[in-house]
Amino acid sequence: MLEITNLHATVGRAPILNGLSLAVNAGEVHAIMGPNGAGKSTLAYVLGGRPGYEVTSGTVTFTPNPAHAELVEASGAAPAPRPSTGSGRAEVGEAVDLLSLDPHERAALGLFLGFQYPVEIPGVSNVQFLREALNAQRKARGAEPLSGGDFLKLAREKAGLLRMDMEMLKRPVNVGFSGGEKKRAEMVQMGILDPAFAVLDETDSGLDIDALRIVGEGINAIMRNPDKGVLLITHYQRLLDYVRPDFVHVLSKGRIVKSGGPELAVQLESEGYEAVAA
Amino acid sequence: MTYLPTTRDEEWRYADPVALAELAPASLDVWKEITLAPGETRAKCLILDDDYPGIHRVRLTVGEGGRAELFAAISASSYTRLDVEVRLAKGAHFEFGGVTIGGGAATREFVTRTVHAEPEATSHQVVRAVHWGTATGNFLGRIDVARGSQGTDAAQDFKGLLLERGASANAKPELEIFADDVKCAHGAAIGQMDEMARYYMAARGIPPEVARKLLVRAFIADAFVALEDEDEQEKLLNAALDALGDAA
Repeated sequence: MLEITNLHATVGRAPILNGLSLAVNAGEVHAIMGPNGAGKSTLAYVLGGRPGYEVTSGTVTFTPNPAHAELVEASGAAPAPRPSTGSGRAEVGEAVDLLSLDPHERAALGLFLGFQYPVEIPGVSNVQFLREALNAQRKARGAEPLSGGDFLKLAREKAGLLRMDMEMLKRPVNVGFSGGEKKRAEMVQMGILDPAFAVLDETDSGLDIDALRIVGEGINAIMRNPDKGVLLITHYQRLLDYVRPDFVHVLSKGRIVKSGGPELAVQLESEGYEAVAA
Repeated sequence: MTYLPTTRDEEWRYADPVALAELAPASLDVWKEITLAPGETRAKCLILDDDYPGIHRVRLTVGEGGRAELFAAISASSYTRLDVEVRLAKGAHFEFGGVTIGGGAATREFVTRTVHAEPEATSHQVVRAVHWGTATGNFLGRIDVARGSQGTDAAQDFKGLLLERGASANAKPELEIFADDVKCAHGAAIGQMDEMARYYMAARGIPPEVARKLLVRAFIADAFVALEDEDEQEKLLNAALDALGDAA
């Protein structure tokens, strides 16, 4: 679903990613762990197309509508994946050259980036922001915009899932929210936008124990689906108790140096990055 | 009016001298005079777009306990100026909200002179300027507190948002105070678009032109929050945002 091949990237001329390769299939949750400065957030921003994060080589292909194996078999032939660019729509099984797209086009294709530091936007309410975002995405996909009433119903449902007071969604985006509230609001956003693939950058940081559980359960409810994929960037094993990863990767100096199953996260927690990544 | 103002005159300091030479003196003599009776409240909204460019001058006299509200958006593509002179009697209030918005090379400006002639009058002015190209937006706000006008409370708030290098904004508060028990607040800030907010919006699927419109709307909305009529508020905001269409 997401295939990163030999990715090199710089931030202000400093090389941060140095030949990172990773493939995430539909239905999988991958966790990326690693010490400070390993390039975890850079990877998230590169995938999200943040200005200033420059890819110097490598490719990222994204297949937003993965074909189910059984459907492909029934049709007698696999659709030939061919990279396409510049559209908010992708056919079933169609692979898209992610790096050629603008950030909003990536989002319209179903890529969601959960921010480590969600941004405050004074004067724009969450409701207004999310309705614009959802309808922009729907428009790019050729769908009709959602009416105000239907949108509020959806927002109420997703806020409830994350146990967030609907009143908070009437307030300006992230303004005056605590660190934990911001992270919870990110997940409400994810629930409303219902992406095909989520890259979650330290969504667990700033959360208390109860909020961590609620957010973990929210991620499962929204993203645990045979058609969806998740790349979970985290420092700690704790979130992985709730969102159980299929694969765990250790990122060090801009490359993946070790991969394994969920047991690798436990080993990292007890032994530390240095011992495991060496 | 016998003399032609130049940019050496304080009130015309940031005006466009070429446009001024064409417009003045004819338009300088035209003042719209409005008098509010004691206790009277009146609100007026002005959209100064390409149908109403040039110099507009309003003189308001507000009687005791009266309330005058004026909201204006200047979006014309050539030199446009709104001059407002206000005289406040005892306990009267003047509310002003203004937005200058536009690109090209034009100057758009608000020049207010608020005379707190008697005690306990209040005034509140909020101006937002959004410009690009080599355009200029100005707010010159003079407050005169007359002798004995105790309990005066006057506030001015200006913010400029420059979308491109080359655009400019000028803010000049001017206070003349001849009383002791007086509050006169003024603030000014000029900045650029918040790039991180734009990126955050893009990351949620909002195209750049829509993101810019939302951010500019949020920025200028402060100028019209005091306007109670929401339909009128919407009209002013939309008139201002229409001008964004040709922004780079």
